[in-house]
Amino acid sequence: MTMIFGVPLAVFMGQLTLGLVNGAFYALLSLGLAVIFGLLKIVNFAHGAQYMLGAFAALLGFRYLGINYWLALLLVPLVVGAFGVLLERFLLRRIAHLDHLYGLLLTFGLALIFEGTLVNFFGVSGARYATPEILQGGLNLGFMFLPTYRAWVLVAALAMCLFTWFMIERTRLGAYLRAGTENSQLMQAFGVNVPLLITLTYGFGVALAAFAGVLAAPLYPVSPTMGSSLLIVVFAVVVIGGMGSILGAIITGLAMGIIEGLTKVYYPEASNTVIFFVMIVVLMLRPVGLFGKEA
Amino acid sequence: MMTAEAQAPIENMQNLEMLRVQDLHAFYGESHILHGVNFDVKRGELVTLLGRNGAGRSTTLKSIMNMVGRRTGSIVINGNETLTMKPHHIPRLGVGYCPEERGIFASLDVHENLLLPPTVRSGGMSLDEIYAMFPNLYERRRSQGTRLSGGEQQMLAMARILRTGARMLLLDEITEGLAPVIVQKLAEVLVQLKERGMTIVLVEQNFRFAAPLADRHFVMDHGQIVEEISAAQLPSRREHLNSMLGV
Repeated sequence: MTMIFGVPLAVFMGQLTLGLVNGAFYALLSLGLAVIFGLLKIVNFAHGAQYMLGAFAALLGFRYLGINYWLALLLVPLVVGAFGVLLERFLLRRIAHLDHLYGLLLTFGLALIFEGTLVNFFGVSGARYATPEILQGGLNLGFMFLPTYRAWVLVAALAMCLFTWFMIERTRLGAYLRAGTENSQLMQAFGVNVPLLITLTYGFGVALAAFAGVLAAPLYPVSPTMGSSLLIVVFAVVVIGGMGSILGAIITGLAMGIIEGLTKVYYPEASNTVIFFVMIVVLMLRPVGLFGKEA
Repeated sequence: MMTAEAQAPIENMQNLEMLRVQDLHAFYGESHILHGVNFDVKRGELVTLLGRNGAGRSTTLKSIMNMVGRRTGSIVINGNETLTMKPHHIPRLGVGYCPEERGIFASLDVHENLLLPPTVRSGGMSLDEIYAMFPNLYERRRSQGTRLSGGEQQMLAMARILRTGARMLLLDEITEGLAPVIVQKLAEVLVQLKERGMTIVLVEQNFRFAAPLADRHFVMDHGQIVEEISAAQLPSRREHLNSMLGV
């Protein structure tokens, strides 16, 4: 049997894939956080809850309305994103002129409300969401067994990341977003409707979280608390990558997933904490993050 | 019988007027910056706002763009009262603003910076015309906006509002810190823009730059216009003006 540093190749590759899939979720979520933070300057503590709402919307949509996975992948981000638009328009905008810490507190409170409400109705144990038939089973690659759904998640998440990167870095709307992030007042003086841009940006960030939630539904138990545990790691990823760049958020997300996966192979005891160790080291050596811009 | 004939001159007067500021007060939080500013600018005219630092010239431009905390009084642009307008509606009346700090975006390249401000009216300059006016910008169109030299950044800040179809330009200290050869180039640009019928309000420290270009000068002090000097009056008032500006 082929061995890599004393570990069977199949085990190594298995954990690497698992890490990449986790990393894809980190990338999607930290991307949304970075986009929202860039323009609104708010650390969106409701991001984990919005990811959870995505998974729940897929679950309940299937249970009560018969909406299948593929339709959910399209509809849920739109619905949850629209909900995000309402949150921005009627809650966040009212406190936009205050210290941005209030935005953090407000979104944290919202997250608790969403979670609490769903715990009240569904408990914390979590429900299973069936993997769509076409994505069941796996591929035998010879050196390892690759579950089809995980491969799909990786492809879909990366495609969404690239789509987001393209929208922000290569389109006119994205140029508005980048410029608004730097100096929104001047954008108003050019005739850009910045309040509308802010609302849409928040909605888009929330939709990204919901998209990740739908992708996650067949992989993890769908429970009201699935987001809060993930979000802590995602915040660490954001700190490591820095808020500066879209591509940075994607690369850091994937890299941290891989590092976590490989730690599971070589030193499983540290696998839950390794990302935080990386965060501490990065904070000491480069406080703005790997891809952050020096202030 | 007086209707048509008597009204015509009044309408003409209104058509001639691009900007009328009356009893404008502006506040940043608790501080009261402008104390009743009054002036008007005719279509196609180039006027300057002169004065020492802190006299309220930049704040006057920002107030016109609704970029200050609170405003009272009246600002009529092209016949529209704008005091209650949202900030992003004001440029759509055909106003282009070039801030003192230039406001070039670091995350955009030169070309993107140039294309950034949305078109507000038809009749703006085409990209070709703009690149012909500023050949340096064409050469450096793929550079990051803030990698340009100070002079090039100033050209870019001017160029990007020419594309939008704005008919009135509010230019804040465009010559500040630039080499004489660049200042000369900017003067040529302003002459060309004036020939195209642009209305220009110029906040300027460099009086020698502004003097030959302007039709009228407004001198500001302590948040008010304290004096109006036409180009014709300028030679006789020059010393008086120099002492007022502390040059």
